[in-house]
Amino acid sequence: MSNHHHKETFITKYVFSTDHKMISKQYLITGIFMGIIGVFMSMLFRLQIAWPEKSFGIFEAFLGHHQDGGVMSPDIYLALVTIHGTIMVFFVLTAGLSGTFSNLLIPLQIGARDMASGFLNMVSYWLFFLSSVIMVSSLFLEAGPASAGWTIYPPLSALPQAIPGSGMGMTLWLISMAIFIASSLLGALNYIVTVLNLRTVGMKMTRLPLTIWAFFVTAIIGVVSFPVLLSAALLLIFDRSFGTSFYLSDIFIQGEVLHYQGGSPVLFEHLFWFLGHPEVYIVILPAMGIVSEIIACNSRKPIFGYRAMIGSIIAIAFLSTIVWGHHMFVSGMNPFLGSVFTFTTLLIAIPSAVKAFNWLTTLWKGNLQMNPGMLFSIGFVSTFISGGLTGLVLGDSALDINVHDTYFVIAHFHLVMGVSAIYGMFAGIYHWFPKMYGRMMNKTLGYWHFWITAVAAYGVFFPMHFLGLAGLPRRYYSNTAFPLFDDLSDVNKVITIFAILGGLAQLIFLANFFISIYKGKKASQNPWHSNTLEWTTPVEHVHGNWPGEIPRVYRWSYDYSKPGMPEDFVPQNTPLFEGEEES
Amino acid sequence: MTALLYVLLAIVICIAIWQIASIFNLKSTIATERDNNTQGILFALFGVFFYGLMIFSFVKYSVTLLPDSASVEGETYDTLFAITMVLILIVQAITQFLLFYFAYKYRGIKGRKALFYADSSKLEAIWTIIPAIVLSGLVLYGLSVWQDVMDSSGAKDPLIVEVYAKQFQWQARYAGADNELGRANVRNIKGINTMGVDMTDKNAQDDIPTRELHLPKGRKVIFKFRSQDVLHSAFMPHFRAQMNCVPGMVTSFSYTPNITTKEMRLNKKTIAKVDGINKIRAEKGEDPYQFDYLLLCNKICGASHYNMQMKIIVETPSEFNAWLKQQKTMSQIIK
Repeated sequence: MSNHHHKETFITKYVFSTDHKMISKQYLITGIFMGIIGVFMSMLFRLQIAWPEKSFGIFEAFLGHHQDGGVMSPDIYLALVTIHGTIMVFFVLTAGLSGTFSNLLIPLQIGARDMASGFLNMVSYWLFFLSSVIMVSSLFLEAGPASAGWTIYPPLSALPQAIPGSGMGMTLWLISMAIFIASSLLGALNYIVTVLNLRTVGMKMTRLPLTIWAFFVTAIIGVVSFPVLLSAALLLIFDRSFGTSFYLSDIFIQGEVLHYQGGSPVLFEHLFWFLGHPEVYIVILPAMGIVSEIIACNSRKPIFGYRAMIGSIIAIAFLSTIVWGHHMFVSGMNPFLGSVFTFTTLLIAIPSAVKAFNWLTTLWKGNLQMNPGMLFSIGFVSTFISGGLTGLVLGDSALDINVHDTYFVIAHFHLVMGVSAIYGMFAGIYHWFPKMYGRMMNKTLGYWHFWITAVAAYGVFFPMHFLGLAGLPRRYYSNTAFPLFDDLSDVNKVITIFAILGGLAQLIFLANFFISIYKGKKASQNPWHSNTLEWTTPVEHVHGNWPGEIPRVYRWSYDYSKPGMPEDFVPQNTPLFEGEEES
Repeated sequence: MTALLYVLLAIVICIAIWQIASIFNLKSTIATERDNNTQGILFALFGVFFYGLMIFSFVKYSVTLLPDSASVEGETYDTLFAITMVLILIVQAITQFLLFYFAYKYRGIKGRKALFYADSSKLEAIWTIIPAIVLSGLVLYGLSVWQDVMDSSGAKDPLIVEVYAKQFQWQARYAGADNELGRANVRNIKGINTMGVDMTDKNAQDDIPTRELHLPKGRKVIFKFRSQDVLHSAFMPHFRAQMNCVPGMVTSFSYTPNITTKEMRLNKKTIAKVDGINKIRAEKGEDPYQFDYLLLCNKICGASHYNMQMKIIVETPSEFNAWLKQQKTMSQIIK
């Protein structure tokens, strides 16, 4: 690898790197590693749900003293669902997805030599790394990790008497998340400043690829909402350690009255969801940006309704900050507030519908190049629609009453933000792998990976809706205490089998990813014939991205199959041809 | 140590996958025309799988769903739910069809040029305005249902019942002859006064604590929820009712039961569901199950969250009154 600027040691190049491309890879690898843990946990608790209280050798191998003769304990079950949620939402789909692609693509696609502050960027990654280490280390505690659900509602999360995971496990969870939030804020500020200030000549905001728009707006939501979670966490730490009563009041547990008075758990719910809801858009918007880019490129068509796409990103982002109450319709808050949140929540369906229809229209009369990234992008549109539509049920306060906290909710959010965002992430990895590693991933393995995952994902989450409609609550260690649910055990077995199939399919991806880094075919400079600027940089990474001048930009990034052009793509740095009108 | 073996096994599988792939096509990385063709057809097949799974699930799992609502308010809930579901399924069926059809139909062919079609304000207006209109309808309808369900101020002679949650059991307290619940606070919990009722309050004397929830058919029941330790959620799915129980505050929910337990046992859907359950139970050699309404905990509350339940019995007003008369009042229990 050549270097034009200054000598770098192993440490400054691979460990404490300030180069956004390296940081992006660090985010990705850490995210994948956390993803392996998170997905593996889901296999474990799915086994327990399908075959309750049965003995499994794999539990004996991994659960230490939290199992007895291969039978999982209820406490570790709750811990597994808690940490699975935390890891997947924050560590994989926030840091792993947004961290990877914002870092990789923002400088490359806007034509900048690096992030506005490479140092902050490095600090951001290492804080993320630290928080990951703390979160993972909490798994090895004697009493187990945090187990009050990923939403950590007090008083359960505040009282070790209530659940063992609320001792040291919750302390580590809170510390880890506080560091995570710091990391995420540093990252987000950097993204915002970079997009606003470092765009190359000619790169007007209205010429930015939709990926950048999505990352930019995501960063803004992050800056607006993450600090609120930090304060929520701080107040919880106060309640736990210093005897304050922000969230606690009138509690009698294990034979004694606690001193807390005047606090309210509902306050925590408000603060938590003030981040918690925007968080799902922090997860899904970058995936939407990635998918828009990949669908346009592989359809060989301009993205349909570019301005509407930007408008809907902004509309979704704005609305996302005023809908948090839809998680709290039955929390005991005033029903009138419920009405307001129903209204704002269902409004989100409008920009979401615009996006879905625009993607469909982009595919229409395209010339679809079925690269693995494209398959995952089409898959994204499918799961986003399937999952999004049930939001009409859950966002409606009246209808939420009977499906709230049931498996219907699990099916909904896993499809709309879990599977969809993961698809977006996979799409991005397959598409930009050549930019990251200078090599290509294997296509056939990509196809197998997609199809098995796609079948498994619907096999898991489609039947799951019915569990919820049958009244089955989430976070039940076992359904055997209710004969009412006996007839659901078959559904649960089907779901678990698909889940294991889907989990194993990820081994195909891991094989493809890690071995392609070393053995993949060398990439050409612009393998997908894309218009965006990252493909004008050399395959071998250089510090500063372009060895010479930064290219100027003359057009938007979606001039695919434009009539009168010599080829079916026109890179953004191509000046307008004579007589050509800008699209 | 066994854990390490599992990890090694996963790594070996990964390497094997790569080796198998590389025997056949190490160099293949970018979709060719043949790939476009195969993958396009696979999307069409996936569409078939998708609709098949949907239809299969509906046919196979419908019997497991909750039977008809057992409360007056629940009936309006069910109507709104049905309308919303129909709407969702229509949109789902159309959009997913278009998606898989387009993926199949426009699979790439060498030399074909895609249509340069970047914008159409007309189309975009259509799919902004139509969802907006449909959603306005849904919102208005939903809010009116929400208003009906949550507002119990106009109820005539409602029955007031407190539902009390703690790790990991439920209790109930009827307001008694004065139909007014006595004050309560966890600081009063002592001995048999497990709900912390304030015995100095005159309204508390005739309150009736119970371990079962009996409800009269045809009378509005206003529930007052309290929790002693952590958050719980009182979930009564057969009545389309749910409310969290929050330490430090009293929450409330109301409905009018309109089908007694006995009547519900004779409901066609209930019979079908119970038959299905009992078939499974017979195979496992377990006692047959008889239908009962239930109150379940639906907010994670600790290790035995999965087994926190209370039976609900809906009966005729006369049966209910007879039952209530047999129960002891607070002043009889605590001398």
